[in-house]
Amino acid sequence: MKNLKLSIASVAIGMLALSGCGQGGTPDAPAEGGDSKAAPEYTVNDKADVSDSKTLKAAKDAGELTIGVKKDQPGLGNVKAGSDQPEGFDIEIAKMVAAQLGFKPDQIKYTETVSANREPFLQQGTVDMVVATYTINDERKKVVDFAGPYYVAGQDLLVAEDSDIAGPEDLKGKKVCSVDGSTPAQNIKEKYKDAELVTYDAYSKCVTDLQSGSVDAVTTDDAILRGYAKQYEGEFKVVGKPFTEEPYGVGLPKGDKAMRDAVNDALQEGMDDGDWKKAFEYTLGSTDGVDMPEIDRY
Amino acid sequence: MDFLQLIEMFLSGIWGTVKLFLIALVGSLLLGTVLAGMRVSPTPVLRIAASTYINIVRNTPLTLVMFFCAFGLPFLDIRFGSTSSFNSFIYATIALTAYTACFVAETLKSGISTIPVGQAEAARAVGLTFGQTLGQVVLPQAFRTVIPPMGSVIIAMLKNTSIASAFNNRELISAMRNAIEVRGDLVIPLLFGTALAYLILALILGRVFAYLEKKLVILR
Repeated sequence: MKNLKLSIASVAIGMLALSGCGQGGTPDAPAEGGDSKAAPEYTVNDKADVSDSKTLKAAKDAGELTIGVKKDQPGLGNVKAGSDQPEGFDIEIAKMVAAQLGFKPDQIKYTETVSANREPFLQQGTVDMVVATYTINDERKKVVDFAGPYYVAGQDLLVAEDSDIAGPEDLKGKKVCSVDGSTPAQNIKEKYKDAELVTYDAYSKCVTDLQSGSVDAVTTDDAILRGYAKQYEGEFKVVGKPFTEEPYGVGLPKGDKAMRDAVNDALQEGMDDGDWKKAFEYTLGSTDGVDMPEIDRY
Repeated sequence: MDFLQLIEMFLSGIWGTVKLFLIALVGSLLLGTVLAGMRVSPTPVLRIAASTYINIVRNTPLTLVMFFCAFGLPFLDIRFGSTSSFNSFIYATIALTAYTACFVAETLKSGISTIPVGQAEAARAVGLTFGQTLGQVVLPQAFRTVIPPMGSVIIAMLKNTSIASAFNNRELISAMRNAIEVRGDLVIPLLFGTALAYLILALILGRVFAYLEKKLVILR
């Protein structure tokens, strides 16, 4: 009988995970975790001159800037159940950059991008820029341009509050969950062979398994894990020893140098005037021990 | 990551797909035959049980069937091995088998309907039991009649294995995701490559069924 109840509960949890792992927040809940802090506002730079950039000029003429974001990463780019607006650090960065380029928040159109369609969307012009936990690397630079980085994430571990796992060295014989095909999953497979890798198609399923104790840890970039740790406060914690470096950049269409410079300037401006810090604290929590990255104008 | 490594990745993905496919193929043919037998049995309980099962499982999306297997069975403490990858493999084959067996059973039942009732009556008249009638007289003919539609069911199952990648199985789709993650500059070619791999597998399967059809189908 107990088993039956458990299985019903598990199915219910599974359904929740399927529906995006929301907490059923009200449609216009202000922020992740429902705290009452007001969303940061960014000053729109009306005098921004973007006529040098083909992409930005077209967006300006159309009065709409299309930005590719993720919609399933709490804390970074996430759409909560019952809401239709994405929220998170990536979204704040997108708003901040857009404001510097002279776009008001209501002129931004968010399009969902997943890992497999970020490059094609930029190449085809479906989106004007991508702010979606997009790691800068040389292979990708062949087909798209990057501004930033605006944050250097690192692979970390999310474990239960009372877990004794203190770093990747402790993973021997443990079950570690990540998303199928992702870089963190490949890292575990190559560098930590003693750990048993479990992969699903979404982190929400990993978190379900971590709750039920079927896996011992969830691994991916620390920013994403921070989002989950905040969502499940008191239940999970982030180990806090990143063991890789993943510089997140703003993906831009290849060859639009004017746009890359403008976005780099906008990011620099945001870091200098404190908007970056506000955005971070609003979405991911305290900036203690978190450094603003150096922008790489390659 | 160079071209050879990508090929290697895809080959191991193909092997994962083939493993899932072969086990689910054997399982679904067996379970499907049993279900078809139950559907035409003289015992009402068996008939009702089989048609209830078929109607429920056939009308549930495979993703959900797999969800129930991958997350429901562990909660019931049903496990098959010590490693989670082996468990997940078994859960995925159970889901594929349970789902595809419905289609196999229905296909087979349509084949059974083509066998004249007189044959079954004659078999009963010479003293064969129901099981013997089914196993010796009706099913061998039914199987040979339904080879072409059965081929479609089996090819659909081959492609359905792709859902298993979402539940801790390494197969072609996971190979594709891996490859896209490391080679963001090759997204479209990689998608085509994956489609090509499925195409090759399905074409081989199609050839096998064409051969079986030529050798075994009853011409009327």
